Amino acid sequence: MASASLGQRVVQPVVRLIVSLALTFFGLLLVTFIIGRVMPIDPALAALGDRAPADVVDRFREEMGLNLPLWQQFIVYVTKVFEGDFGRSVLSSRPVLEDIARVFPATLELATVATLLGVALGVPMGVLAAVHQGRWPDHVIRVVGLFGYSVPVFWLGLVGLLVFYAKLDWVPGPGRINIAYQDFVDPITGVMVIDAMLQGEWEAAGSAARHLILPSSILAYFSLAYISRMTRSFMIEQLKQEYITTARVKGASEARVVWRHALGNVAVPLTTVVTLSYANLLEGSVLTETVFAWPGLGRYITDSLLNADMNAVLGGTIVVGLVFVSLNLLADVLYRTLDPRAR
Amino acid sequence: MTLISRAWLLAETPQSRRQAALGQAYLGWLAFQRNPIGMAGLAIILALIVVSALSPILMPFDPIAADTANRLRPPSGTHWFGTDELGRDILSRLIAGAPITLMIVVLVAVLVAPVGLAIGCIAGYYGGWIDRVLMRITDVFMAFPRLILALALVAVLKPGLENAILAIAVTGWPPYARMARAETLTIRQSDYIAAMRQLGASDARIILFHVVPMCLSSLIVRVTLDMAGVILTAAGLGFLGLGAQPPLPEWGAMISTGRRFLLDQWWVGTFPGLAICIVSLGFNLLGDGLREVLDPKQR
Repeated sequence: MASASLGQRVVQPVVRLIVSLALTFFGLLLVTFIIGRVMPIDPALAALGDRAPADVVDRFREEMGLNLPLWQQFIVYVTKVFEGDFGRSVLSSRPVLEDIARVFPATLELATVATLLGVALGVPMGVLAAVHQGRWPDHVIRVVGLFGYSVPVFWLGLVGLLVFYAKLDWVPGPGRINIAYQDFVDPITGVMVIDAMLQGEWEAAGSAARHLILPSSILAYFSLAYISRMTRSFMIEQLKQEYITTARVKGASEARVVWRHALGNVAVPLTTVVTLSYANLLEGSVLTETVFAWPGLGRYITDSLLNADMNAVLGGTIVVGLVFVSLNLLADVLYRTLDPRAR
Repeated sequence: MTLISRAWLLAETPQSRRQAALGQAYLGWLAFQRNPIGMAGLAIILALIVVSALSPILMPFDPIAADTANRLRPPSGTHWFGTDELGRDILSRLIAGAPITLMIVVLVAVLVAPVGLAIGCIAGYYGGWIDRVLMRITDVFMAFPRLILALALVAVLKPGLENAILAIAVTGWPPYARMARAETLTIRQSDYIAAMRQLGASDARIILFHVVPMCLSSLIVRVTLDMAGVILTAAGLGFLGLGAQPPLPEWGAMISTGRRFLLDQWWVGTFPGLAICIVSLGFNLLGDGLREVLDPKQR
């Protein structure tokens, strides 16, 4: 009985979600394919240069399948993507997927630290605002949050560098690690702090960790704004419920009522919010990485973009889209499995 | 012609549709007035509109012409916000950039809101396969982080202000469609829609005159809050060199220039960022205030 209801509650919707994920991913490929085709640059000329003789260009077009009808080109494109073949990057002349695998851990590192910081600060702020609803802590936290929604992330990064690096010298400048340590650390996991620790290079690990502080704090501010706002509205709703009154009548301390009873009940929707904010950081990381010369996926996409390296741009876009969709799916599944009320 | 007075607006028994509608609007305004956050936002947006309209008069210097004798001057009595690498007055360039920001915001809103509204209302009203197809397309566009899809689009279309606006619009409509669909789904079941159908009203008439107006208040809130994001995305594209091209004084592009002089001439990049912040904050505050007035669920 219990397992049957679990099957109905969790498995069926998850299967439906996976089908919808597959359809969405297919649409994603269609959009990137169309973007790639609308491109005013002829891919053959881009690869060979515009001085290439006509017969060479023709042969290249034939080999690349550029003379096939569009729908056949699309099938070839989808097949290749499923084989993990995004083509070669013009800039690095390596397969795009290899490039992405190399840069992705840097983005992951940044987004993970930022999300952890955002949760650690955002949840208590949201709770505080809800408890003091309509009074000054609420207003202060609301303004802090609204400012986070309004400030351009790249500008905040630049101001952060100006103040904390150039003027105060509290944190190191752009980059992932001090150049002196650059060659000490071999990529194992791709996460520099962990790699350095695994190799016993403690000073290098320290340098890498210090380089993380500023960019991850800047990103964390954005997830903090979102998380604290959502926590506040969830908590306000809970604090109105009758079980809260009951708990108070039974003599539970105010701290226990707020942090255990109420917060315990918003934990599930908060998991969803945190997952979604993690997905949103992918977007914020494009600009943050550019400002901090952080060699992650965001900077890879923008660098490729400025060099008209379309294979790399589209490959990066597909990967970001895929991660984004998967995180949304994860948020949904988490909600369904954790919350007995979500039927 | 009735004299528009407070008593007339607040009459318990309005004598005409116009009086009732204006009375409702006045009540909304009274509620909104009591909301300091919303009023602060409104003040900022009105200031942006005034500065944009009067920008040729307000600018103390020419925002485009280079004056290399005065390059990279720090803020002073003559140049309040300093000068940039070509000796152009930064305050003048900020003022000249105000209409550009306003234009981006207005164009995106005009392009995005009706499209999203139409798609959402049609999907919600008809349901069935139309709904499934339209929402599937919406999901695909929602699957890309907005900035990244806009980046790829601009890269293909060629960098420039028009294409940046277009790319932001192409990536911007899905949330509106979702919202309008959700509203339509609840409205579709109401008795008055059933009554309209019995009276023989066409689907187009019902959607246009009886569904769309019901979605408008959520739409207005959504547009206002969204404009903050539009400004940030446009500035981000400008910062990456994909939006407005020099010598246009677009704020994001100005930060991009200022980045080169960050450590020694901080004012070049700092002031445009502040301008973006203030305007985007204005839209957020206004949207927050409007939501409290227009959305009874939030009260």
